[in-house]
Amino acid sequence: MKPATQRNRTRSTVRMLVDHLATALAVLATILVVAPLVAIFVYLLFKGASSLNLAFFFEIPKPVGESGGGMANAIVGSGVLLGVASLIGVPIGIGGGIFLAEFGRGTRLANAVRFTADVLNGVPSIVMGIAIYSLIVFNQGHFSALAGGVALGIMMIPTVTRTTEEMLLMVPHAIREAALGLGVPNWRSVLSITLKTASPGVITGCMLAFARVAGETAPLLFTALGNQFMSVNLNRPIQALPLQIYLFAISPYDDQHRLAWAGALVLIALIVIAVSLVRYVASRGILKGAS
Amino acid sequence: MTAPLSEIRIRKPETASAPSSGSLSESGGVSLGPLSSGNPSPAAKISEVRRFLLARGNSAFADSAFRGLMMTCAVSIFAIVGLIATELVIQSQMSWHKFGLPFFFKFNVDPDTKLPLFWDPVNGVFYALPFLYGTLVSSLVALLIAVPLAIGVAIFVTEMCPGFLRGPLSFMTELLAAIPSVVYGLWAIFVLVPLLREHVNPIFIAIFNAPVIVKLFGWTGLVGDDGLFGGVNLGLGLLAAGVILAIMILPIIASLTREVMSAVPNSQREAALALGATRWEMIRVAVLRNARIGIVGSIILGLGRALGETMAVAMVIGNTAEIHKSLLSTGHSMASVIANEFSEATSDLHRGALIEIGLALFLVTILVNGFARLLVWAVTRGTPARVN
Repeated sequence: MKPATQRNRTRSTVRMLVDHLATALAVLATILVVAPLVAIFVYLLFKGASSLNLAFFFEIPKPVGESGGGMANAIVGSGVLLGVASLIGVPIGIGGGIFLAEFGRGTRLANAVRFTADVLNGVPSIVMGIAIYSLIVFNQGHFSALAGGVALGIMMIPTVTRTTEEMLLMVPHAIREAALGLGVPNWRSVLSITLKTASPGVITGCMLAFARVAGETAPLLFTALGNQFMSVNLNRPIQALPLQIYLFAISPYDDQHRLAWAGALVLIALIVIAVSLVRYVASRGILKGAS
Repeated sequence: MTAPLSEIRIRKPETASAPSSGSLSESGGVSLGPLSSGNPSPAAKISEVRRFLLARGNSAFADSAFRGLMMTCAVSIFAIVGLIATELVIQSQMSWHKFGLPFFFKFNVDPDTKLPLFWDPVNGVFYALPFLYGTLVSSLVALLIAVPLAIGVAIFVTEMCPGFLRGPLSFMTELLAAIPSVVYGLWAIFVLVPLLREHVNPIFIAIFNAPVIVKLFGWTGLVGDDGLFGGVNLGLGLLAAGVILAIMILPIIASLTREVMSAVPNSQREAALALGATRWEMIRVAVLRNARIGIVGSIILGLGRALGETMAVAMVIGNTAEIHKSLLSTGHSMASVIANEFSEATSDLHRGALIEIGLALFLVTILVNGFARLLVWAVTRGTPARVN
């Protein structure tokens, strides 16, 4: 048996080697995680930019065999759908957030609402699509942009509720108390003073939900269905950008593949801008941005 | 704690009592009893300010109306969950009555080829076992790949990272989480699948199907031509779906693990270091051990996301309703079969069967997500754990 000092020295060497190995593995893991992201972005830029031109934004898809065409109907359709979704999701979400932060702090109802919102965030979007299909499309007898907008809207509600609540919780009590002390009614104080102070944060929360829903395809597959032509009619099927990307990606034609890459680039650009704005506003702090 | 302001009412003033000797002597002090004394004379006694305030009224009604409206908005979340559950249950009744619980595990046998036949829209036979299998296998592969990588990234960013890298790395992880599913699927079809087919799968095939390995390990049933990497190498299939799912759930697991690791108090780390631990030993003993409940919760949350992921899986999994042992084989997952077949469902029974699969998916994800959120909350002590 080696003397204790020699055993300890061996053990220390082993421990040091294990420590270095662990560091190396962690660095390797980080590189392996960052690599696909960089790969996706570079590939998108490379493939998408080459097919991105003015026609992309202004023309509707051409028939197979003809080159050119664009995704104008998908972009307009996405705009319509997101407009309807925001009309539904933002007011109800902000209302829920106000309730959680102002009236329900610490109550069991508020905890239950918060928990359910988190769980609802994890429900697959296709299940939401099925529910809206049975509710609206089945009863109306036809696919419609309204159904798609409603599906996207109810997906926005949990996200907007949680972010609004977090932002409102950050408003210092002094502001609320000052307003109430001056005789402003409670409801007025919440709306005009507290919400207004937190408005940069609330708006970025809405933007986050907006960006998330902008990329959703699955609920639109059988509510809005898709449309080859330009349409803004709420009672007819409508095209959406992620839906068009999906349809072009699984088609066998190269022209449509190029358009799919360009569409993906546009979608990613929108989302990157939204996420960067969110981070920027969050870093500036809540009161510095108060108007 | 003062009463909530909405509950404070401006009281009507006690009608000032004309001082009467009786009440003074009885109560032994100044009595303000409104009924006990003589004629009240309110008009002269209420001050201007109080009269003005009384005429103005209070905002009690508006306040309670506002509060009720906000509560309705918050409760709408319960209504949404209830609505989804109700619609799913109602619309799947037809399939439930026809097939019952064996919907999820029975199968017919094709008389011509003697192979199991699960999903046959032409003949109106619908059994969902291949979709459960596809979902489970692709999610399992995704977890196997994503969990070590995500924990590695979290450890690196929390403990080992130089300060200037921390911001960009967390920004990149957040960006990974924000990329839509279709873009992942698009990239997977054109970049990942050829990569797997030409470079990665041949390595696995060479290892698993080498004659010497087959001779040694053939008894496990996992090697050889009908093992884990047997059959045709298409590139598409369960392995491709697993890999793209891994890339998609990585940011969720990584960011939540980072959050729970940051929640471990610094005193634990310092104590381990003071006892002479190396950095890795400190991480293992002080941080990982304290955060393990939260890490398990974040893994389960990643699993929940992987179970419900639709578009990227639908684009690479190959879309065949069959069960094969090989990871290179094509298959179907619960979400991808709904995405593929719903808008073209040929009959009410077909649609009902698809909605029943959707109901199963709904229940499973609610259970998994609920359990995971409880675990994560237990560690971060109820502070909101935002994943998006």
